[in-house]
Amino acid sequence: MTDETAPAPAVHPLADRAPTQASQAEISDEIRAIEAEARARVTDGGQPELHPRRNYPPYRSSILRHPTHALVRVDPEEVERVSPAFGHTDVNPLESDLTIQHNAEPLGERITVSGRVLDGEGRPVRHQLVEIWQANAGGRYVHKRDQHPAPLDPNFTGVGRVITGDNGEYSFTTIKPGPYPWRNHLNAWRPAHIHFSLFGTAFTQRLVTQMYFPGDPLFALDPIYQSITDPAARARLVGSYEHELSVPEWSLGYRWDIVLTGPKSTWMESEEAHD
Amino acid sequence: MTDKSVTEQPAPGYVQTPAQTVGPFYGFALPYERGPELVPGHHPHAIRLHGTVTDGAGEPVPDAILEIWQADENGVLSRERGALDHDGFTFTGFGRAAVNLAGHYTFTTVKPGPVGDAAPYIVVTVFARGLIHHLFTRAYFPEDAAAHAGDTVLGAVPAERRQTLVAVADGTPGGAASYRFDVHLQGDAETVFLDFDA
Repeated sequence: MTDETAPAPAVHPLADRAPTQASQAEISDEIRAIEAEARARVTDGGQPELHPRRNYPPYRSSILRHPTHALVRVDPEEVERVSPAFGHTDVNPLESDLTIQHNAEPLGERITVSGRVLDGEGRPVRHQLVEIWQANAGGRYVHKRDQHPAPLDPNFTGVGRVITGDNGEYSFTTIKPGPYPWRNHLNAWRPAHIHFSLFGTAFTQRLVTQMYFPGDPLFALDPIYQSITDPAARARLVGSYEHELSVPEWSLGYRWDIVLTGPKSTWMESEEAHD
Repeated sequence: MTDKSVTEQPAPGYVQTPAQTVGPFYGFALPYERGPELVPGHHPHAIRLHGTVTDGAGEPVPDAILEIWQADENGVLSRERGALDHDGFTFTGFGRAAVNLAGHYTFTTVKPGPVGDAAPYIVVTVFARGLIHHLFTRAYFPEDAAAHAGDTVLGAVPAERRQTLVAVADGTPGGAASYRFDVHLQGDAETVFLDFDA
């Protein structure tokens, strides 16, 4: 994996095929039009969409990567109703601290991100795996395909793991990631975020998502965040700053609780209509 | 556009957290040692499950990552902790494989036994940049055609699309049975993806 830090190729291997890049104004117009249509559906009695749309053209890479057929709705069988089991042989407790993985401290704003993982009935998801990854304070990932000309931090890889506790609780110590540019459209910038990967007690509860930081000025401009058309649903991805979680002379505290699907819900009907 | 909602607390109650794309930069985080090897290649009953993930233009998707989850050879679902620790002896039923630059993934595993009345299958989960919310599907085995006729999930799929859920036997490299299960995110052969009523 050491080649991950090799110099980036001159041509981005994942550059989108679109011959011309849209402007932010064009992307923002598309975002607003879709949101208005989604709002009208709710006004007409439809369910708010709790998940992003897989077909969300303002996020250009989704155009060729979303299924065009409706998902086939089925009852999960026993295989899907259980989940892989993780434990303390999988994860060293030190892996929850992303600031101690190298010889010195990473640059940036030291933060903690803590919360609980719950199922759809509010029951804690105990002793399950949570994985995170993120850019450094300058908005750069340790990845050969990230050629944003911001500095790598030799003291920050940006990867952490933890096993949830008896109450579904988790806590990471890290640094606040920076926003970074991407090539979806001209002058496209992702709001600062931390990627999260979660397991529940059933494989159907598997979730990969992103946590954002409150008050980010890039929210309205970002087609990945806005692919969730319901404002209340989007807000569920934003952690809250909680001063009592800050540690004097040390770190700023954010809280973010995560709710997985199930055991029974009805949201899929509204989503299915868009797939 | 002012998004006032982002300053509000999440609504009370337990409303599920939305998904977001895995993005392109999971490389140091999600792949893990022997993640694609649920059993070692020299296991007497090892099979290869492999395939290519393609997009709507028929191009390989070079940054997808797949997970599988399955019963063991006897149809038993592992409750062993240590699903990330593929020690070569404990079958945990879970694997994870990033595709290569040609969009190709490979798992080494065993063919699951049937669980209950269902035909044997492996649950396959697909994540990728550009795929905003992951997709679930199932890989069934071609030699089980008789069991497929009575399978509830296959029965819920339109007949002309059913074959997208059945892997293709493609030889015995190194003595291990190989099954090819391509994932087409779009196109004429678009894979059937499942939405679990869970």
